[in-house]
Amino acid sequence: MLDFVQQLVSGVALGCVYGLIALGFVLVYKATEVVNFAQGDLMMLGGFFAFTFIGMMGLNYWIGFAGAVAAMALFGMLAERVVVRPILGYPQFSIIMATIGLGYFLRSIAGMIWGTDDLKIETPFSQGVLRIGALVLAYDKLSVIAATMILCALLYLFFNKTTLGTAMRASSENMLAAYYMGIPVKRVVSIVWAISAAVATCAGVLLAPITFIHSNVGLVLGLKAFPAAVLGGFGSIPGAVVGGVLIGVIESMAGFYLPEGWKDVAPYIVLLTVLLLKPEGLFGLHVRKKV
Amino acid sequence: MRFLFKTDYEDDIKLFPHSGYVVSYGILIALLLVAPYLLSSYLMSQLVFVCIYATVGVALLILTGFTGQASLGHAAFLAIGAYTAAYLQKYNVPFPVYFLAAGVLTGIIGAMVGFPALRLTGIYLVIATISFALIVEEILARWESVTHGNEGMRVKTLSLLGVTVPRDSPTFYYLCLAVLVLTIVGTLNLLRSPTGRAFVAIRDSETAARSMGINVALYKVKSFAISAAITGFAGVLFAHKLSFISPEMFTLQLSIEFIIVILIGGTFSLHGAVLGAIFIVMIDPFLTYLKDDMPGIIAGIAATFGASSATAGNIQSKVAAFASLNGLKGAIYGIIIVLFVLFEPLGLYGRWLKIKLFFQLFPLYKRATFKRQKIYVKSERNR
Repeated sequence: MLDFVQQLVSGVALGCVYGLIALGFVLVYKATEVVNFAQGDLMMLGGFFAFTFIGMMGLNYWIGFAGAVAAMALFGMLAERVVVRPILGYPQFSIIMATIGLGYFLRSIAGMIWGTDDLKIETPFSQGVLRIGALVLAYDKLSVIAATMILCALLYLFFNKTTLGTAMRASSENMLAAYYMGIPVKRVVSIVWAISAAVATCAGVLLAPITFIHSNVGLVLGLKAFPAAVLGGFGSIPGAVVGGVLIGVIESMAGFYLPEGWKDVAPYIVLLTVLLLKPEGLFGLHVRKKV
Repeated sequence: MRFLFKTDYEDDIKLFPHSGYVVSYGILIALLLVAPYLLSSYLMSQLVFVCIYATVGVALLILTGFTGQASLGHAAFLAIGAYTAAYLQKYNVPFPVYFLAAGVLTGIIGAMVGFPALRLTGIYLVIATISFALIVEEILARWESVTHGNEGMRVKTLSLLGVTVPRDSPTFYYLCLAVLVLTIVGTLNLLRSPTGRAFVAIRDSETAARSMGINVALYKVKSFAISAAITGFAGVLFAHKLSFISPEMFTLQLSIEFIIVILIGGTFSLHGAVLGAIFIVMIDPFLTYLKDDMPGIIAGIAATFGASSATAGNIQSKVAAFASLNGLKGAIYGIIIVLFVLFEPLGLYGRWLKIKLFFQLFPLYKRATFKRQKIYVKSERNR
């Protein structure tokens, strides 16, 4: 039983990281109908920025964190301006390919700049554990869970309660109509990319003590975040986090109870099953097809 | 300028619309047939890879280019073909039999992937095919009694009708070329048949296709099966060419390479698959060339512009250091993909058509001829 709870908590922590990356997918998808295959690589880059500020320049953890988030938000806007904006309105396939290309580029550039070693960021949560009876919980994992919950709640409120959030939902439904209603669609898209890059950075920094930062971390985790986003229904913010947690728990349970090899495929088997039975996901909207 | 005057439907679907086609493709085939006597063995080996990649490219074009179903899982189909060949070969099954068996098995698996894909479009389909590829990769690594797991499998030299065909012999090249040409001709015939027209109709509008009486589900599954089967055939040749296969060869990276093949070549014509394959296969020798010769050349240019020998040497070592950076290939891949999507969405073949039209219409060419329309109105979710 203790094993089970231990696995559950580490699964939830891992799942929260997937959830954070999936949040990035969902944000961009919700606002622009674009799926950003470079989301994991934005996370990796955010981690490297934070490493530069904290590990190399010796800044305070929180200042470095904030600096990395700000820098990545700007980078997200830049990426949107250069890669995505010229092809908005073209079929999704082009945009998917463009973001795959962006991901390739970021991975190799990061490998050139920061090398191929695993890097580690010293955080206030790196050491120390919380003991509840016989249960041992590491602070770094708890910090991931807490941060995910806070970010998810903030983004949910942002999307559903603020004017800017409403503008984003409107431009996702119909860019032209949104533009006629006075919404500056280009700026909205740009802001959404900034937010999603910032969220990715949070994921990267929180993840740093758990898996370390290396140039391929984004690809590995990004691929795991897809099942999370699909499971939650591609357009739902709480769905992304719930999906992420489910995938994380399934993965860690499969790693513990099933023979070797199941751990890596379990998320994808779940994904295919969900796509077969309920393609709109757990929290997705069911939309009727119009001719 | 040539005007094609068509009087009936048969004229419209001719394989060779006019005699120019026969002449130019005849010359191309003749050149390809004498290639082994002209090119170095390294280039011949690359040419074999071009044939294999182009075959997969054609398969992917049927599915992605003409039926509109994106797939990022074709490395898995290639792997299934390759492993079927390697496994059957252990039991001394003759080449023609396991070649066909690999195609048939991959086709059946492709159809099985096609069924769940019926309900999926766009991004969901891409994610589903990625998942399928990752699962196949894991199965190859774990099913050790058949695939030998991560140790990989050795593939024996091909023997065709009692004659051994080494993987770097001209005969093997002719075999790959024959498979490619047969695939292309077969696909051309498929595309001008009712089946091919149904594929294109589904790509352009599923709803319209259905209302015209096309069984969308059936044709989507057919498209998956045909595409997978061709990829399976290519997989057999791939296995023989490499003579050793292991699961880490058939990763997502390879699937993405196949997509790049058709993206760079152009997704609207079979020419695209061949041009893209040439591009992808030749990028490696080109990078090696850059690494070896570029530093010297750039330093030489600097020297002719009056740089002192010390500066020239400095430049040479800097360029050499840059060219041998680890991730350079990935970065170049990334830049190429982005540039093609942004500036040349019709691919290399599209560029060729533009150049051709420019000269045909000489002072009257206008850019807008090839402009694609942007759609800001409908959300894909409601489509």
